[in-house]
Order: sequence, then C-alpha cells, then structure tokens
Amino acid sequence: MNETPGTDSFAELKRRQQVTDPFSEVVHFPASQGLPLDGGAVLAPFSVAYNTYGTLNADKSNVVLVCHALTGDQHVANPHPVTGKPGWWETMVGPGKPIDTNRYFVLCPNVIGGCMGSTGPSSLNPATGRPYGTDFPVITLRDMVRAQARLLDHLGVDQVLSVIGGSMGGMQVLEWAATYKERVFSAIPIACAARHSSQNIAFHEVGRQAVMADPDWHGGHYLDEGKSPRKGLAVARMAAHITYLSDRALHTKFGRNLQDREEVTFGFDADFQVESYLRHQGMSFVDRFDANSYLYITRAMDYFDIAADHGGVLANAYAGTKTRFCLISFTSDWLFPTEESREVVHALNAVAANVSFVEIDSNKGHDAFLLHEPELFDTVRGFLGAAARQRGLDDADQGA
Amino acid sequence: MDAPVDAPGVRPADTSRVDLLLIAEMVSPGSRVLDIGCGDGTLLRILSDKRGVDGRGIELSQAGVNRCVAQGLSVIQGDADTDLSHYPNAAFDYAILSRTIQATRNPRHVLEQLLRIGKRVVVSFPNFGHWRVRMQLMLGGRMPQTDTLPEAWYNTPNIHLCTIKDFLTLCEDMGANVERVVALNAYGTKLVSMPLSAQNLFGEQAVFLLSR
Repeated sequence: MNETPGTDSFAELKRRQQVTDPFSEVVHFPASQGLPLDGGAVLAPFSVAYNTYGTLNADKSNVVLVCHALTGDQHVANPHPVTGKPGWWETMVGPGKPIDTNRYFVLCPNVIGGCMGSTGPSSLNPATGRPYGTDFPVITLRDMVRAQARLLDHLGVDQVLSVIGGSMGGMQVLEWAATYKERVFSAIPIACAARHSSQNIAFHEVGRQAVMADPDWHGGHYLDEGKSPRKGLAVARMAAHITYLSDRALHTKFGRNLQDREEVTFGFDADFQVESYLRHQGMSFVDRFDANSYLYITRAMDYFDIAADHGGVLANAYAGTKTRFCLISFTSDWLFPTEESREVVHALNAVAANVSFVEIDSNKGHDAFLLHEPELFDTVRGFLGAAARQRGLDDADQGA
Repeated sequence: MDAPVDAPGVRPADTSRVDLLLIAEMVSPGSRVLDIGCGDGTLLRILSDKRGVDGRGIELSQAGVNRCVAQGLSVIQGDADTDLSHYPNAAFDYAILSRTIQATRNPRHVLEQLLRIGKRVVVSFPNFGHWRVRMQLMLGGRMPQTDTLPEAWYNTPNIHLCTIKDFLTLCEDMGANVERVVALNAYGTKLVSMPLSAQNLFGEQAVFLLSR
C-alpha cells in the first residue's frame, strides 16, 4: 500500500498531457477576448475544456449545466482519461438517469484554475513561455462562473434549463443564480453554502500549508524544476478526505480493524485500515491533480461570500429572481451542514423566490451527493422534470 | 371564483379532506399561493392542475417535503410557528392553512403572519363545537375522538382546538375581515342558509376566507 512517490510516474505524465491537450472538447479564447478577474487581472488568453452528453435541441432550451466540485473535472459520465475510473457522477447523469441524457443536453466545463484543460496554474504563461505556477492570478468562484458564461456565449446558449452541482459545484450554482439571473431557469445547489465557513477555511489552510511545506513545491514553480510536491498534496488530500465523510461512516467502514495483520506493530506503519485507506486516497489523488490548482481552487472557495458581495444581505443577491430553486442537504454533512442551506432558503423566502428544500437522511457525510442516495435521485428527477414542463419542453417521455 | 372543482379520485363523499376541494374553489385561477402544512401536496396538486396556480408549500415533516419535491412541487421543510417571518409582506395572493392552525403553538401569531404575507387567507379547521364532540364529552365524559379528530388526548398534535364561534371571535379581535365562512357536515355537504349557532353545531369542519 505504500506507493513510493515519484515525480514522473506514467499517470502523472498522462495528467500533464490533459493540461494542454485535454481528452474532451476545449474552446480557446484569444488574448483579445481575455477574462477580467475579480482580483483586477485579466486572464488572456484562456481556455475552457468541457464535456457534453446528450443532444442539444433546436431552440437550445434543454441545457443542464453541471458544475464540478473542488477536485472534480468535466468527466462527469465517461471514464476518467487519467485514472480510467468511471465518471464522478455516473449515478446521476446518463440515459434514463435522474439527469436523463435522452432528454437533456448536459454540459460540464472544467473550472479555470483547474488542471484538466481549462487555463490554470500549470498552463503556460504567455508572458514567460513557462508554466504560470504561483504567477497565476488568484481567482474567485465568480471568475469561474464568468468563464462558464463565456462558454455558453460561445455555444449560443442564452439560458440553461438548470444549473446543478454539489459542494463547490453548489456554490457555483448559487453564484450563477445571483450573477446571471436571466440565464438560469432553475438551480439545484447541493451540499453547499452561500459563504465558506471559518472552519472550512481552516481546513483548507491546513491543506495548503502541507503542500507548501513540501520542499518539492519550490515556491510554486515545481514544474520548472521537474518536481512535484506529491507528499504535501497527499497529506492535504488525506486531511480533506476526513471532512468529506462522517464519524459514523468511518466507523461503519473500518471500525478499529487492523490492516493485513493480527495485532498492532508498535510502530508508525499503517496498522489500522483507516490509515491505509487514507494513504491510498492521498497517493491516488496526486496522480490526477495539480498541487497549485489545489491551492488556487481552495483559495477561491475561501473567498466565497455572496452576501458580502451584495451589501451584507444575502437576500439582496436574489431580489427579483425568477429562477426556480431546489436546495438539497444531507443530515450527516458537517462540512456544509443543513443550517447553511437553510440560511439560503430563508434569504430566498425573503424575496418570495420559488424554492424547494430537501434534507436527506444519510450517514455518508458530505460525499453523499456523489454516492447512491435514492432520495437524492428522486428529488433531482422530480424537480428537473417539473422545471422542464414549466419551460415547455416536450413532455412525451415522462417515464420515471 | 366559485366554479366547482372536482379532482378525480377525491370524491367528497368518501374522503375527510373535502375541505381541500372547497379551498380550491375559493382560490382564483392563476394566483400565487403558499400552502402551509401542505402534507403530501394533495392541495398543491389540485391547485396546480385545476386552477393553474403558482403554488409553494411548507411542511413540517421531512418525509412529506421530500415526497412533494420528487413530484415536482415547490416545497420546503418548515414550521408555521417560526418560519413565516422570513416572507415579505403580501408576497402571496393566498396564504392557506388547511387543518393546521389547531396544531400550532401560537395560533394567533400564526394568523397574524398569514394576514401579513397573504393578501387573502384561507383557514380550515375541525370544528370542536360539532354535536358529536359535545355529546362525547357531555354524555360519555371523555375527550372526544372523531373522524376528523382521531387521536387520543395523550398523542394528539391538536393542542389548540376551537369552535367556529371561537374562531370568529379571534378574527374580530384581530381586525381581520371575514369574507366567507363555510361549514361542512360529516358528509362534506356545505351548510348553507343556516344560522351561525346551527352551523357551529352541525359543521364538522369549517373553512374561512379572510383578508386584512
């Protein structure tokens, strides 16, 4: 289980290839069409890599935009080009699935700042001809959403039927509905909040410090040195992974069971199964993710606070909205607890918005949104179907 | 406004929720409605299918909420006693509280909130002045249990029961304008052209249409 960290594993080479030559669609916006960022800089040129599933209808009214989470990417429902594993939301997206690709045109872009083909810190800096590293400008979730809006412009899509996502994806959904009210017919923010909590910022800081403490990070310019802070990033992932689960889920899965041994070794090897599991999670993560992308995207989440962007009152962000909302949370999610979703619901009530809110009983923690949760599927299917009817989409195939 | 509404599968004669059809008759087509205590969404579905209403619901039980949303209804989990304060004034054409007011902790406060957020308010409740209720207490000497009030005293959610006369008094007290009162007997028949005292005796449940 103790994989030796290397800087040039085959998987990492495959991953680096995705930065410049992603295994998906990609649109390149030239320097003349740069992306203005909240931090004041302009990202120019920039690229957005994306995947699509299903068929766009004639009036382009059946688009479901999927926003991915912190370490997700555009490979929603196809095998991952680096790991070969199934897409991260194959339970949700596909023919006959809750987001039915026989009916909807599903679009998922990689966020800017990412490492799967959209411009990020491992992309080439046009000013130097070398990877940006930490010269990449700090971005926000609104910048990510702005880039996605440019992709919709490029595809000629004025309004999406729905925008959906969990965790950071859900935060982007809330940002979409606040910034582009007219372009969002319905919104499904899952397991998220309208601002990143102090506790969540704290966890992110632990992860970033782990990356930056790795000597192979080289002040953020490890690509120039042919290195990669694999150990630091793995530790960051291990710490974060705990926050995605729940005490109950860990206990049920591992208890205090020992890993391939009869008794403890009185040493610091991975005696316990849970240790071995976390080490594996850490090591497999670094094969598919860029350390600087992890820094930039966690930072973007930390800066997220929709109310602060609207005079300190969350309701102001949604005044006059016509979007239909469906918020979903999970009982055992302590990273984005139900209370955070309820605050969004109250803000939406304050502007008499059309809002549904479902809390799902699950012991799987934050990660529940990615897992087999029949109530989640029923909710998304029902809400999306109703939104499609309201939008006037052909209702012939209502077979649930 | 009084066009009869018939919902397939919900025949007045064999259901105790005839109040829902009566409420649906009171709601103008195409209006904006908040149904507080919407249960499994029966009324919202009737309103949406038959009256083309833009309906929202609040329901206390999470299981009820999840069932409603899975059917495409706009419903949130919430409590009539605490969660109405989040809505702006006159946000809805109708605020509906069907057979829920008797289960709230503070009915007067809830009614204040309803009159604030709804231009009109529809309230239905089981009438505790019904003769069966009176008989059970007077002759049997026990807390009444009827079709509309089936639970025993120790497990009933209905903690603030009232009669039609009681509710009228509260409305007067709060300065609410009573536009309509309809009492329904056990067979779901409207008791029309009957004096108030008789309605209070023979009405098993009542539906009030109020405005500020």
